[in-house]
Amino acid sequence: MKPPPFEYHAPVSVSEALEALAATGPHGKVLAGGQSLIPLLNMRLVAPSHLVDINRIGELDTLTAGADGVRVGALARHATVERSTEAAAVQPLLRQALRLVAHPVIRNRGTVVGSLVHADPSAEMPAVLALLGGSVRLACLGGEREVAAADFFTGPMESAVEPGELAVSAFFPAPPPRSGTAFREVSRRHGDYAVAGMAALVTLDEDLRIASARVACVSVGPGPVVVDVSDACARRPAASVPWDAVAAAVRDRIDPEGDIHATAGYRRHLTGVLAERALKDAARNAGTEAAHE
Amino acid sequence: MTTKLFGEPVRRREDARLVTGQGRYLDDLGPGALAAAFVRSPHAHARIKDIDVSAALDVEGLVAIYTWEDLPGALAEPLPLLIPHPALTHGRTAYPLAKDIVRHVGEPVVMVVAEDRYVAEDACALIEVEYEFLKPVVGVEEAVQGGNLVHEDVPGNVGAHMVQEVPSRDGRSAAEMIGAAPHTLEFRLDIERSACMPLEGKGVYARWDADDQSLRVYSSTQTSTSVRMAIAAKLGLPLPKVEVIAPDVGGGFGVKIVHPWPEEILIPWAARTLDREVKWTEDRREHFVSSAHERAQVQHVRVGFDDDGRILGLDVTILHDHGAYTPYGIIVPIITSTQLLGPYKIGAYRVEFSSIYTNTVQVTPYRGAGRPQGVFCMERTMDRVAAYLGRDRTEVRAANFIGPAEFPYDQRLIFQDGRPLIYDSGNYPESLRMLKELIGWDSFPEMKARAAAEGRRIGIGVGCYVEGTGVGPYEGGHVQVTSDGRVHVSTGLTSQGQGHETVFAQIAATELGVPIEKVSVVTGDTRRFGYAVGTFASRAAVMSGNAIALACRKVREKALRIAADALEADPRDLEITDGIVHVAGTPSASIPLATVAVLSNPLRYAFDEEAKRATQFSGATSMDRPPVEEGEEPGLEGKDYYSPIRSTFASGMHAAIVETDPETAEITILRYAVVHDCGKLINPMIVEGQIHGGVAQGVGGALYEKMVYDEHGQLLNASFMDFLMPYATEVPRIETAHLETPSPLNPLGIKGAGEAGVIPVSAVIASAVEDAEGITIDRMPISPSDLHTLRLRLAG
Amino acid sequence: MSDGTTRYAITLVVNGVVREAAVPARRLLSDCLRHDLGLTGTHVGCEHGVCGACTVLLDGEPVRSCLTFAVTVDGHEITTVEGLAKDGELSPVQRAFTECHGLQCGFCTPGFLCTATAFLRDNPVPTDEEVLVAVSGNLCRCTGYQNIVKAVHRAAEIQAEIQPGLTAETGPGESGRTA
Repeated sequence: MKPPPFEYHAPVSVSEALEALAATGPHGKVLAGGQSLIPLLNMRLVAPSHLVDINRIGELDTLTAGADGVRVGALARHATVERSTEAAAVQPLLRQALRLVAHPVIRNRGTVVGSLVHADPSAEMPAVLALLGGSVRLACLGGEREVAAADFFTGPMESAVEPGELAVSAFFPAPPPRSGTAFREVSRRHGDYAVAGMAALVTLDEDLRIASARVACVSVGPGPVVVDVSDACARRPAASVPWDAVAAAVRDRIDPEGDIHATAGYRRHLTGVLAERALKDAARNAGTEAAHE
Repeated sequence: MTTKLFGEPVRRREDARLVTGQGRYLDDLGPGALAAAFVRSPHAHARIKDIDVSAALDVEGLVAIYTWEDLPGALAEPLPLLIPHPALTHGRTAYPLAKDIVRHVGEPVVMVVAEDRYVAEDACALIEVEYEFLKPVVGVEEAVQGGNLVHEDVPGNVGAHMVQEVPSRDGRSAAEMIGAAPHTLEFRLDIERSACMPLEGKGVYARWDADDQSLRVYSSTQTSTSVRMAIAAKLGLPLPKVEVIAPDVGGGFGVKIVHPWPEEILIPWAARTLDREVKWTEDRREHFVSSAHERAQVQHVRVGFDDDGRILGLDVTILHDHGAYTPYGIIVPIITSTQLLGPYKIGAYRVEFSSIYTNTVQVTPYRGAGRPQGVFCMERTMDRVAAYLGRDRTEVRAANFIGPAEFPYDQRLIFQDGRPLIYDSGNYPESLRMLKELIGWDSFPEMKARAAAEGRRIGIGVGCYVEGTGVGPYEGGHVQVTSDGRVHVSTGLTSQGQGHETVFAQIAATELGVPIEKVSVVTGDTRRFGYAVGTFASRAAVMSGNAIALACRKVREKALRIAADALEADPRDLEITDGIVHVAGTPSASIPLATVAVLSNPLRYAFDEEAKRATQFSGATSMDRPPVEEGEEPGLEGKDYYSPIRSTFASGMHAAIVETDPETAEITILRYAVVHDCGKLINPMIVEGQIHGGVAQGVGGALYEKMVYDEHGQLLNASFMDFLMPYATEVPRIETAHLETPSPLNPLGIKGAGEAGVIPVSAVIASAVEDAEGITIDRMPISPSDLHTLRLRLAG
Repeated sequence: MSDGTTRYAITLVVNGVVREAAVPARRLLSDCLRHDLGLTGTHVGCEHGVCGACTVLLDGEPVRSCLTFAVTVDGHEITTVEGLAKDGELSPVQRAFTECHGLQCGFCTPGFLCTATAFLRDNPVPTDEEVLVAVSGNLCRCTGYQNIVKAVHRAAEIQAEIQPGLTAETGPGESGRTA
């Protein structure tokens, strides 16, 4: 299990990286944390002829938390974002989800943006970005574009990043006032990819009734599946929401597949259970937020 | 009296090097060696039409490429069938490199040797093998239909078929007893595949010495002595010209007892052929598809019993999946069918197994070696009987126990070693009493009711087993005291983490009366000890432990004899304490063991202080007798063997409390209790460690681990991502209690402990989940998804 | 044009010692440490990042050396199991593992030791749950983990004995503890 040979590029600036990516086009692959890419290389399941290692580009090692949200640079490791109290204060879902990403040692090296670009439908961070309506900033020689989450995840392990492009950062918007978030998942072992998982965002109105509620489901579709359940919550306080109807609404929107760890039916069932649990958690957190107002 | 170390939780002497990175595992050796890699079959069943290596020849750093056609003499023959058995009518083994046909994904086809492993893998990737597909056979039930054959000349894919029948004491058959029983039940059980999965894979490193025409081979093996014999035979070398050493081995659990693995003869052959050092370090993916698996069985059970739950007749039919080849014979299904009876007296018993070929990785023993399946069968039966009668599950078990006064107890079966299955000792009612107390069995119903009131589901389960340990035929020990007072102990069997360097030193220090710091132990090195069987079947402590004790007693007797001469005392009055031989009660009349060692050799060159000091004792040698008298040998050393008439039978009982999530169907083990009886404990700390590790593997087998093949014979989860070995977060805290029923069969009164922990776990967890859910569990492992499916089925 | 065989001269500070090597870009850090620098204490158990046997400290933080290219970490500091003992004295974590029978075959042990060392540096007074999670990314097939978990707690005790004050200053809510 040794990686195949490749030509190595070690840019020290974004512009150098973009030049290398432009030159190598579809043959170039970006190496950031490597926690998903290197296993595939070691198993020789992928064999890019060029690897552009962005680990020396200090300008990508950024994490900025502002009132409107959190911008995460391409070299920010999961652990860095997880530990950031500033980021957690602006968007608590980041830490809630990051704690469930693999194991602490993997999070020391893996990057948030890398995880988004990898676009594994079983991964947590794509669901977080999709739920929050965040975006990914893509740069290429001579330009930049900001791609909304809804357009970014184009299929299982497929994202909108084009040859020659580098994902330089991702933006996770802050939630509206009186909002709460939560992340719930069931995995076979601690740290495994989720059999099913759920990110939830609930916003209360001034009477503490659920004004809007949204979930993003993990492992039950080709990418994160965002479902708006505001209507199903019927603008009631969490205690009197018809949760069965909410879970059913979520289950209706997903198209899970069976694999060696779980049947499609179990994933569907679990998704309903997790939707209710995550939404209740999020509503509770929203209540706490509202109380602080 | 003297240095008492036997029975103490002595800290491990291995650890100092292992925690500092100074261990020497296979891949740590031979830094300059060439690296080997293999092209392995991507197909489960295919005929090799052509092998085109031309594209690989340009790879810089390539040294050699070999296929079956390159193999000379005995190397080109099929690998040996290690343990033939009359019931194994169609034993088949693989060629070291595939000849014509491949029969499982992962079978080696081409060996590449290159400057390093990266380059070797580059070359492998460029070798093109053309295959003609043959129909794969997957799953025992499909295999026995015989529609497609794994081996053309094995009809019905049946490698072995065996029936053992034990009539009732009054001569009635199991069928008769079941027919006449007040109650009968009939059901089917399934256990899926798992594997040993040591953290270190296999590996071989060979050095050919052209000047000396000799070969030194290091292998990550559980039996260096037998690997040595296999290499000598396959390479046509005189045995004294081959030495094999098991270095530090990163876990075995059974898979490394198989020998020779193809690589164990191919790598030495390549080293000799190329006259270069060659090393092969198995990677994880290779380990999944080309080592060995175990466990998979389908069992059909018929049982007849009375109102008290006493089993009057039991009939079990087993389909055992042994994969594509049978290099290790049919040990696993034989153990399943004999150890199935556990601690119970069964009225009449009939067991029949068919061992079946499939186009999957071969099946050889994995810790427990067939016992987990047998215990699963028996314990599921006990639970069904209890449920049918509405009785407490422990009551039904107790009704069937062999009584403490009934030992030796003859189960009237033939065990894996070809010898009668006679239990030597045990105390099952006491074990059960201790277990019930430890887990709180009698108060559990209240706990369950309280949980139910909170909307929680919990359940309790129990499982009992008896384990034949310390199978023969023999092990040996050699003990030498050198003139510096050090004690050098060697035994031929190998170590994979069991702490042999510590426990054997404890035995030697206790027997010889020396400080343990003076004792060093070497295992698995044919340069030090040539005759051995190997480390498997929970036999190392029993076999080598007793052999070393016996060898020490020889040395002690000789030491006392020499010391008695020197001290002009009666040897019967002498004792050895802290390495000093002295007259009991008169500490001043003494002589160090080191000095005795000098005296034991008439050649006394004064190389060291001890030898100089010894001169004070030399004087009164008789001119009428030769310096080395008849029957004597120079040196203070001794060798002895231990060869038991039959195995010694350890036993144990486990209980668990589990919680199942009513919504997600997740299963959590809240408590896990073990009562364990392996006779006298040499080192309770190490025994507990063995139990912990065994239970953890059992938890893996019960809730997480299975090898999943698709209908094409592709292993779908050949990685640690998808073959779910438990982490710390998945293994419960294990509560243990020990019962010590000594074995009457060996001088130390000990029984084996290595495998015990894993044996009943699937049975126990099935029992507990069944209790929590009220759903019959007849298949393990069980995942949340499986449990969810069962719930849906129950709900209709 | 490069065919992937180009060697890169890299400098690593391994266990406090400056080490140089010439490696192809694809050389895994695990292989570089073991085969280029002869530090075979770092073990390779799966080469896909799951087992944790190859865990080393990169600038103090535990990472999988099998999922890191040596060339990527050129110029950085690495601590391996060989660097945990200081002046021939076992570190608290090493001592605790031997005291608690926290290892059997020893193959996974270097990864646990490195992981636990960094964990206890950051969290000197951990709870049971924190210890479990900290070691939950490392596979052990021998011990069943119970004694490993015990060893990490014991190491925290030893650390506190050696460095009194550490507990009170940085540990959460252990005021009653004697140093």
